[in-house]
Amino acid sequence: MVERRPVGTLITHLLLILGVVIIALPLYVGFVGSTLSFDQVTTVPMQMTPGTHLVDNYTQVLKSGSTKGSNAPVGTMMWNSLVMALAIAIGKIAISILSAFAIVYFRFPLRYTFFWMIFVTLMLPVEVRILPTYKVVAELGMVNTYWGLTLPLIASATATFLFRQFFLTVPDELAEAARIDGAGPMRFFVDILLPLSRTSMAALFVIMFIYGWNQYLWPLLVTTSEDMYTVVIGIKRMVAGGDTLVEWQLVLATAMLALLPPAAVVLAMQKWFVRGLVDSEK
Amino acid sequence: MEKRVVFESRWLPYALVAPQLAITLVFFFWPASQALYQSLLIQDAFASKSQFVWFDNFVALFNDPHYLASFRVTAIFSALVTVIGLSVALFLAALADRVVRGAKLYKTLLIWPYAVAAAVAAVLFVFLLNPTLGIVTHLLRRIGIDWNYLLDPGQALTLIVIAAVWKQISYNFLFFLAGLQSIPKSLIEAAAIDGAGPWRRFWTIAFPLLSPTTFFLLVVNVVYAFFDTFAIVDAATSGGPVQATSILVFKVYQDGVQALDLNGSAAQSVILMAIVIALTVIQFRYIERKVQY
Repeated sequence: MVERRPVGTLITHLLLILGVVIIALPLYVGFVGSTLSFDQVTTVPMQMTPGTHLVDNYTQVLKSGSTKGSNAPVGTMMWNSLVMALAIAIGKIAISILSAFAIVYFRFPLRYTFFWMIFVTLMLPVEVRILPTYKVVAELGMVNTYWGLTLPLIASATATFLFRQFFLTVPDELAEAARIDGAGPMRFFVDILLPLSRTSMAALFVIMFIYGWNQYLWPLLVTTSEDMYTVVIGIKRMVAGGDTLVEWQLVLATAMLALLPPAAVVLAMQKWFVRGLVDSEK
Repeated sequence: MEKRVVFESRWLPYALVAPQLAITLVFFFWPASQALYQSLLIQDAFASKSQFVWFDNFVALFNDPHYLASFRVTAIFSALVTVIGLSVALFLAALADRVVRGAKLYKTLLIWPYAVAAAVAAVLFVFLLNPTLGIVTHLLRRIGIDWNYLLDPGQALTLIVIAAVWKQISYNFLFFLAGLQSIPKSLIEAAAIDGAGPWRRFWTIAFPLLSPTTFFLLVVNVVYAFFDTFAIVDAATSGGPVQATSILVFKVYQDGVQALDLNGSAAQSVILMAIVIALTVIQFRYIERKVQY
């Protein structure tokens, strides 16, 4: 800050703390609710300090889900979410880095056509073409499979662009030296380009993992059997049981479990997360 | 930009782009063209016969009061989400930019709503604002506000706006903070020497210099409010009460998946595609010009 204004600094801190508290409030109340018994959570007003049912509620949902609405175990859902998030993150990175390599390091007919075909996918989020995409997946027999859950979401241009931008900044001398030494393109790719791309890959991984884990509309359509639900869908199915019947303590325990992995990834990899966010919007 | 040094191979580049191209063709171009084609047809729910009707589906949509109402709801919703989300985030970022101690801690505490799934955020707010159990509902009753978003259209809209803004604040905050931190300190100091207070300095120096960031976030937030809020609407209000929160992307789903009106839904998809393409073009043209003060 430019000038010293102790009162101003104090007010700034107070306002920031207020902001943090307001933003954390839904998470805190959700956490408290997940540690109470059914009777406690339905008492108005609910207590604002954690109760003693934390272990009970979490083991109950992980092993056998809620008793109303959906009774699929949340443990299975967490596994499905994990598979989906990892498959989307790794799949996107893998196919994008290959196509970016081809587009940057080779001259071939149709190069621009391919580039534009990939580019156009930036513009259309899955939300606007859900039904036809569902039809394609159904015709391929991929409903209720991990393939159906992940493949349609892997088609995206963001990662390809990011790698393309990055490859363009790699000095030409490296490729030249590799060629003079007699290394073929794949050798150059594996031994030089991949190690150089590690930071970009880490940043993308964080963003894509969160993207995959938090998907909603697509899994809602493609998973009809309970053992394929992702945890985000599982929560929605638990709430759908009706207003008074909702076992909020179990719903909230599931919600806490659902937000734990992506939150942990963001906190543990904060540096990559911020970088990935900024890079993927360029 | 082009590489000077390239590799030679007849088949390798095709093999390298093949996986992405195959997925793009099967899950992107084919469905998108199907949506375009379907939007020009009328068929019954069992797809036994269909008839080519040119733009009748679109004409029908724009004569449908429900669809026009959905347009209005979407416009109000995205305007509120964008304006409130950007203002709150800018306010917090300006504060965080001022503090010397603890700036990192505030940043860490403010960024993680980004990791929370939209549907989970919706469920948390539904719990807080539940008509019977909600703790905030209880406080509102005490000050004489009767809160029941299941019956009151305005309150239902308020609920999804709050959840959508909460979810997006981290993102806006990060970009605003990065923008503010890239403003040269010498400019701020010069203004301070000339006697401008913090308030004046913010509005005459920082805010104009932030305009590229603000514009970028404006487009991103409109796109977010239009498309990524489906989960919030579906998990919190399911479009109700009486269509009061049925935004366009929710209506595509409702008409297509639940009511099985394939052609009407496809026509709505096409309209949404046109909106996204328009927004993307605006964004790219702007970024290309790189307008700076």
